[in-house]
Amino acid sequence: MKYELVIGLETHVELSTDSKLFCSCGGHSSPKEPNDCVCPACSGMPGMLPVTNKHAIELAVKAGFMLNCKINQYTTFDKKSYYYPDLPCAYQITQWFNPICVDGCVDLGERKIGIKQIHVEEDAGKLVHDEATNTSFVDFNRTSVPLIEIVSRPDFRSADEVITYLKKLKSSLQFAGISECEEGAMRCDVNISVRPEGSNELGVRSEIKNMSSLSEIKDAIEFEKVRHVDAIERHTEMLVQETRRWDDVKRRTFPMRNKETAADYRYFPDPNLMPIVIDDEWLEEIRASMPATAEEKAGHYEEMGIAAKEAGVLASDRKLSDTFDKVVAMGCNAKTAASWILTECMGQMKRLELTSLEIEPAKLARIIELVEGGEITRAAGKKVLSAVFENDVDVDAYCEENSLSAKIDNSFILETVCKVIAENGKAVEDYKNGKVKAMQSLFGCVMKELRGNGSPDVIREMLEAELNK
Amino acid sequence: MGYFINTINKSGTVAVDDTILVKDVPATAGSRMLENFKPLFSAEAVERLEKAGYVIAGKANVGEFGLDLAGETSYFEPVTENGCIKGAAAELVAKGEIKAAIGVDLNGAPRRAAALSGVDFIKPTYGTVSRYGIISCAASGEQVGVYASSAADIKDILGVIAGHDSKDGTSLPQEKYEYSLDEDVSSMKVCIIAELYEKADGDTKAKIDAYAEKIKSLGATVETVSLDCVEQAQTAWQILMAAETCNNVSRFDGVKYGYRTPEYKNIDELYVKSRTEAFGFLTKATVIYGSDVLSKGRYENCYDKALRIRRVVCDKVKAILASYDAILTPVCGKTEYKPYDALGAFEKVYEESVFTAIPSITGLPALSAKGVQLIADSFKESVLLSIAHGVERTEA
Ligand SMILES: [Zn+2]
Repeated sequence: MKYELVIGLETHVELSTDSKLFCSCGGHSSPKEPNDCVCPACSGMPGMLPVTNKHAIELAVKAGFMLNCKINQYTTFDKKSYYYPDLPCAYQITQWFNPICVDGCVDLGERKIGIKQIHVEEDAGKLVHDEATNTSFVDFNRTSVPLIEIVSRPDFRSADEVITYLKKLKSSLQFAGISECEEGAMRCDVNISVRPEGSNELGVRSEIKNMSSLSEIKDAIEFEKVRHVDAIERHTEMLVQETRRWDDVKRRTFPMRNKETAADYRYFPDPNLMPIVIDDEWLEEIRASMPATAEEKAGHYEEMGIAAKEAGVLASDRKLSDTFDKVVAMGCNAKTAASWILTECMGQMKRLELTSLEIEPAKLARIIELVEGGEITRAAGKKVLSAVFENDVDVDAYCEENSLSAKIDNSFILETVCKVIAENGKAVEDYKNGKVKAMQSLFGCVMKELRGNGSPDVIREMLEAELNK
Repeated sequence: MGYFINTINKSGTVAVDDTILVKDVPATAGSRMLENFKPLFSAEAVERLEKAGYVIAGKANVGEFGLDLAGETSYFEPVTENGCIKGAAAELVAKGEIKAAIGVDLNGAPRRAAALSGVDFIKPTYGTVSRYGIISCAASGEQVGVYASSAADIKDILGVIAGHDSKDGTSLPQEKYEYSLDEDVSSMKVCIIAELYEKADGDTKAKIDAYAEKIKSLGATVETVSLDCVEQAQTAWQILMAAETCNNVSRFDGVKYGYRTPEYKNIDELYVKSRTEAFGFLTKATVIYGSDVLSKGRYENCYDKALRIRRVVCDKVKAILASYDAILTPVCGKTEYKPYDALGAFEKVYEESVFTAIPSITGLPALSAKGVQLIADSFKESVLLSIAHGVERTEA
C-alpha cells in the first residue's frame, strides 16, 4: 500500500523590533552578556505592568498581509501558565482566544498551504547548565522578546514541501523587514502523521518540537514517515499521540518525557492588557508601509528601462533592490546604477565571498557620479569600489590620496607624452611609416605612466599632435 | 510610633500598605515569601505623593497579599485586635498616628478594616489610579485607594494620586481628576439594597438606618431597592480574584528572589517546598481554588461564566445608578468579629465578601465611611465624598 504524509507546522519567528514586547529593554539583537538586557518587568518582579510594543503589533499585521491572512481588528492577549525557571512570571503572554491574523495561505506553485493563524507572544529565557558544578543558570535576555507563531493547516504532503515553504517564509519575512530570521531564530514544531494514499482520515500524530535546521527537519520527517509506516504495516510499535524530539547525533526521534507535555496551561485573558483595536486607519497605514513584492518591483524596474532578466535579479534580493532604489533616488541613471550593482558590486561580492550586498548607497552613488561626470575613469571607479568593499573608505578622500582624478594637469600629461615619445624611438618611427598600430602602443605607454589617470581623449589628442609635429 | 512594619520617616504623615512598593524599602505584602524583598522602584501613587510634598511615614501591615478580607493573616504580626492586625493602616489612622494612608483594595479588606476601626477608605473608579508598583493579585478589580479620618483628607490625597499613567495599560486616559465635597446632597436620591441589608445583623442594620436618617436630614431621599444578583456577584468575584491571584503569585517560586527552601534535590522540589513553606494558608487555598477554575474542562463553567456574570452585574447595578445617585450598603455583616482559624478561613472570607464584592467586580467607586458603604457610578467619587462630608457635619 502507498502512504502519504500529512504535516502541519508551527513556526516561531523573532520580530525585528527595537525593544521587547512589553518593556523597553532592547530587542533580539542587543544583548551580549547573560542578563545584560533585563529590567524588573521582563524578570518578573512584582509591581511592573506590561505595556504593549506597538511596532510588534504592526509587524505581526504585516506578516498577516504577506501570508494573505484576514486581520482581526479586535485582538487580545492571554496568559499561559506553567512553571519553568526560564519563565520569570511563570506565565507567558500569548494570544489564545483572539489571534491577530487568521485564515491565510502560502502559494508553493503547484499547491497552496493554508495558514490557520498567526499570533503574537513573548519568548522565554534560557537555561545554561554547568556540568562541572552541577548548577543551572538563568539568562533572561531573551525573555519577552516578541515572536510570532505561524500555524499552518496540515496541508503538507512531503518533506520537500515543508522545506520549500520554510525557505519562502524566510525570504518573505526578511523582505518585508518583519524578521531577520537569523540562524536559530526561526523554530518549528512539526506535526506529522501518515495515512494510506486517498484516505481522508488522519493517522496518529506525533509532534517533533523545537527544530531550527532545515536539513534536520527534513531528516526528522523522513525518519518519522518510516517509523509510522513500519508501525502500521509491520506492527513494530503501537503508535500513540505524543511529543518527540530529534536527536541529531543518533539521527532519530525520541519521545519526550510525558511530564513535559501533559501540562494544562490554564489560559485566560490577561486583565493587565486592554484588547487591541486596529482601526481602519491604522490598518491602512500598515498596509501602505508594506514593501512592494519582488514581482511588483521587477515590473517597475523594467518600466525604468532595465532588461527583464536584470530587473528580476535586482528585485529578488532585498539588499540589491534597496541599494538600487536608493542610488537611483540620489540621482543616478537607472541603467547605469543597475550595471554597477549587477556587474561591479556583484563581482566584488564574488571576489570577497560575500553573501549579501553591504555598501552605503551614498558611496556607490558618488562613485557612479564621478565616473559618469568624467572626474575619474571607469577603471579608477572600480578601484575605489574595491577599496570601499574592503575597507569602507571615503570615496572622495580615496581619489584624492591616490591621485585618481582624470582631470590632472594637462602640462603633466604633455610632459609624459613627450617622455614616452623620447623613450620609444622605434614605435615613433613605425608610426611615421604609416603603422597605425604603433599609435596604440604609445597610447598604452602613456596610460601606464599616468597609472590610468587622465582623460583618454585628451591623451590621444596630445599624442597625435606631438607625433605630427 | 513603632507600629510600622518599616518606618521610613518619623515626621511623615502618610503610610503605605505593604502591598505597595517604595524604592529600597522592604515590601513583604504580609508574606514570608517576600520577607527580604527590596523593590528597585516606587509605585506611581507613592511618587505622586512625594512630588506633591507628602512625606511617607512607613509601611503598614497587611493580610498576606491583601487577599485576606479580615486582614488577619500577615506572616509578621498575629491578629491582636478586633478585625485588625497590628500595624494595619486603618488602625494607624484611627489612633491618629498618621493623617492618611494608601492601600490596595482587591477584595474589600481596606473598606472593611476602615469600618471596623472607625475611619474612612475610598476605592476609586477602576483605572483612575495607576496600579504601577503594587504587588498585584487581581488585576481586573484591584485599585489603590485612600484611608483617612475625614472626607476632606480623602479628597486631597485622592486628587494627588489619581490620573493617567502610561506605565499601566489599564490606566484611563484622563490626565487629572478634580474631586469636590460640595455637590448638592439635598437633591440626591440614595437607595439601600434590600438583599444586602437583610444579610446584616441587628447592630449593623441599626448603623445603616442611622446613616440613612442623617442623609435624609440633609434633604436627600432614601429608598429601598432590590438587586437580585448579590450572591452571583460575590461568587463571580471570588472566582475571578482567585484565578488572577493564583496566576500572579505564581512568579513567587523561589527562583529569582524572595524565600527559597534551604534544601531541595531538583527544581520541582525547590518550587513545592519554597511555596509550601512561605505561603500562608489563605494564599494556598486561593492558589488551589484559582488553578481549579482555570483548568481544562472547568474554564467554561467557572472562569468564563464569572466573566459573563460580571457583565450582567455591571448592567444591573448601572441600571440602579441611572435612577439613584448612590447606593448605601453594609461593609460587613457584623460589628464585632472573633479571629478565625485556618480551616474555616477561606469559607469565612468568602461569606463576608458579599458586602464588598459589587464595587470590586464592577470597578465602581465605593466609600467606606462611618461603618457603612456608599457606591456611586463611575467617576462620581465627588457624590460619595459630598454625602460623607455632609454627614460628618451633622455630627460636628
Ligand atoms: Zn525588560
